Amino acid sequence: MPGKLVKRLRSGRYQLRLDADERALLRGLPKQLRELLLTDDPSLLRLFPTAYTDDPAREADYQQLMREDLLELHRGALEVMEETIDAADLDEEQLIAWMKAVNQMRLVLGTRLEVTEDMYEEGVDPEDPRAPGFALYSYLGWLQEHIVQALS
Amino acid sequence: MTAPMPTRLDEPDLDDVVVVDRPWVVIVWNDPINLMSYVTYVLQKLFGYSREKATKLMLDVHQKGRAVVSNGSREKAELDVFRLHEHGLWATMEHDQ
Repeated sequence: MPGKLVKRLRSGRYQLRLDADERALLRGLPKQLRELLLTDDPSLLRLFPTAYTDDPAREADYQQLMREDLLELHRGALEVMEETIDAADLDEEQLIAWMKAVNQMRLVLGTRLEVTEDMYEEGVDPEDPRAPGFALYSYLGWLQEHIVQALS
Repeated sequence: MTAPMPTRLDEPDLDDVVVVDRPWVVIVWNDPINLMSYVTYVLQKLFGYSREKATKLMLDVHQKGRAVVSNGSREKAELDVFRLHEHGLWATMEHDQ
């Protein structure tokens, strides 16, 4: 198993130590999610949470004011990841965009797979139809962990 | 005859009440997706909390199901909720009771 996926360089930039297979795996994801963001797919639930759980009127106002801005920020992070998918290294702002983009992917995939905390320890049966999705989800979590460690 | 109606303390529109600046609290809820390290990092970054404080809040979220991570006026709470949502955390806001 390789070491750090993301290494902070003396220059202050961050080296992405991803091999060709990993880049290939990640390459199509930002665009797929950008396109999904334009729909009302139920797996987007966690990207647009409720702010006021007990006040429908204020919640409606909040969504009207903020949802478009939130969509723009989500989309912006995905665009940075898409544009820098082959980069050898990133600046801090770009790495933070990757972090947010990868987290969006985990939220959507995790919602689709209906992940539970038990699944991390028990894993998923290879026969389970969710197994390939869970493998991708786990990889994204691993990448996310390395990004957070590099930024912390 | 009916029993007296219970007093509904939460009934009046709060905008019509004189004391409108009751502080709001921002709550982060536990979820099975976000990484513990990520939640800690986001709390440090957004609120300038020390690693110790952010870790304690993250553990409260993880173990107790929720934690109050900030408070203030409604405008401030809305902005905090928005920034937490930008980072994919499950955050809501409510009046401090």
